[in-house]
Amino acid sequence: METKKTILDISDLSISFVQYDRGLQQIDLPVITNLNVKVGEGEIVAVVGSSGSGKSLLAHAILGLLPENANVVGRMEFAGELLTPARILQVRGKEIALVPQSVNYLDPLMKVGPQVRNGSKKPEKIRRQKSLFQKYDLSRETEELFPFELSGGMARRVLLSAAQMHKSRLLIADEPTPGLHLAMAKRAMRDFRAFADEGNGVLLITHDIELALEVADRITVFYAGTTVEEALVTDFSSEKLLRHPYTKALWNALPQNGFRGIEGLQPYVKDMPKGCPFGPRCSNRTDACEGEIPLRQVRGGAVRCILTEEKKEA
Amino acid sequence: MNRTVVFILKSIAKAVSLMIGVSILAFTLVTVSPLDPVRMNVGNTAYNSMSPEKKAELASYWGVDTPPVERYLHWAKEFLHGNMGISLKYNRAVSEIIRQKFLNSMVLMLLAWLLSGVLGFCMGVLAGARRGGLIDKLVQGYSIVLASMPTFWIALVFLMLFAVKLQWFPFGMSVPIGMDPADVTIFDSLRHLILPTITLSVVGVANIALHTREKMIDIMESDYVLYARARGDSEWEIIRRHALRNILIPAITLQFASISEIFGGSVLVEQVFSYPGLGQAAVTAGLGGDVALLLGISVITAVFVFGGNLIANILYGVIDPRIRRGQNGGK
Repeated sequence: METKKTILDISDLSISFVQYDRGLQQIDLPVITNLNVKVGEGEIVAVVGSSGSGKSLLAHAILGLLPENANVVGRMEFAGELLTPARILQVRGKEIALVPQSVNYLDPLMKVGPQVRNGSKKPEKIRRQKSLFQKYDLSRETEELFPFELSGGMARRVLLSAAQMHKSRLLIADEPTPGLHLAMAKRAMRDFRAFADEGNGVLLITHDIELALEVADRITVFYAGTTVEEALVTDFSSEKLLRHPYTKALWNALPQNGFRGIEGLQPYVKDMPKGCPFGPRCSNRTDACEGEIPLRQVRGGAVRCILTEEKKEA
Repeated sequence: MNRTVVFILKSIAKAVSLMIGVSILAFTLVTVSPLDPVRMNVGNTAYNSMSPEKKAELASYWGVDTPPVERYLHWAKEFLHGNMGISLKYNRAVSEIIRQKFLNSMVLMLLAWLLSGVLGFCMGVLAGARRGGLIDKLVQGYSIVLASMPTFWIALVFLMLFAVKLQWFPFGMSVPIGMDPADVTIFDSLRHLILPTITLSVVGVANIALHTREKMIDIMESDYVLYARARGDSEWEIIRRHALRNILIPAITLQFASISEIFGGSVLVEQVFSYPGLGQAAVTAGLGGDVALLLGISVITAVFVFGGNLIANILYGVIDPRIRRGQNGGK
């Protein structure tokens, strides 16, 4: 673990959007604040959060796909190099590949084969595409299909093939499994595992914590646009090993752990509480929670909570 | 196969009902018009000096005293037999007049249609590709200004500027005035065509550019373009590989749907440039109470506009794989 190199290192990433509030008054709407994610070689890191927590924006930020009214602050490193906008243009689609959510991300009017090859007619590209299709059990005829003719499972495999046309180091999978039934989703996860085991990294962005637990090495929990906890997947074997009250709440909400939900909703960016975003829903809340909450290293993970104790909780 | 037969039968039924509807409407409008066809035909002075007997004779000759429904049915019966009647105004067979005027108009409209289609498409694509950029602002400015100007007014301005002031082009007609038709060269005809064509296209461009731009913006914000960017495609590659492919279908629909606008515009433009085409003939027929000619022109025009829309529909099915291949078992 220590000898492994870091592929992706994101620290203190904040994204905000400039918007017109009322009339001509401009406001800066923060959607992600102080986000930290790290992906090492051979690792699958799951970013888990409910919808609206800003997960997809993270993928868009890494790939430079944010709209023009977005402000990005923070530090992103890829393979030890600073990921500047110019560098992003060099690596995206080559060293960093995106596996999008659904077939809607394919051009509806372009046949699947040429689309996976990105329109290239070079023999080596055609060979690579054919071998990838073979690897993913896609029949020869699949090349000639249009995206609307693919089934959900085929679409996912096509998207996975497209992501590997280049020798990528990092795969960013943005909700790659909704709409797939469990067997398919698990198969997708196996494909990610195999990719990671070749010494690459996978950043899995999902709201499906069970799926994440199944395949990931580390889990980054996302709440209201910020990292609240970074945990090893093994920490999820017991509530006591977890660090943040939100993660514990997630854990308790799993069917095998009692299926208990908690009150309230994730706060909307415009009316964020002071201090800890989880404060209003937290049962251990103190006055100190309204202050600055730094991300602390605790027990081999990290947590953004001032109440977490250093030692294992009793 | 069955599907095709049903489609053809449906299209024919639509075309026939459209022709019936258009002819009834046109007929009704001329019938209720306060203009007396006999008076319009012989001229006011001549009509006033006529004896009442002569007036009655003329009226009965032109069928003014026959009830409207009977007149319409009579016309419809003859039309079905291929006889479009005699024009009151030109005193010649309607079919012959339409054929002659149609040829003149056709060249004008076809050129304007192609020119505005191609130009409008290119402008729309360039503007939409980089929303808010310089080209976008220019195209938008041009289109909005042009779209807000009445066609006949632009025609008048162009006439004043290019024909009268600068004298680059003749001020009207389709051939030089006073020239023997036998001496008219193709060059003369073309020279007379340029100004009306430009006028007609300049107006048509605005509409097509704005619509294409709108579509282009939708495409550039679509998920598949986002994904293409994520895959490292340059903006130019995205436009070439994805945007053009996807914008072609709405553009073709738009282009064929715009036939009606070109027809409408040509009426005004031909009037201003005294260009002897179908549009001008329609105006003459309408003002002169020339029922046969007006009905003939209306029906022919309706068929053309309908044909344009029909072609668009058919092309849609041929080009779009979601329609072409989706029929057999797709989603």
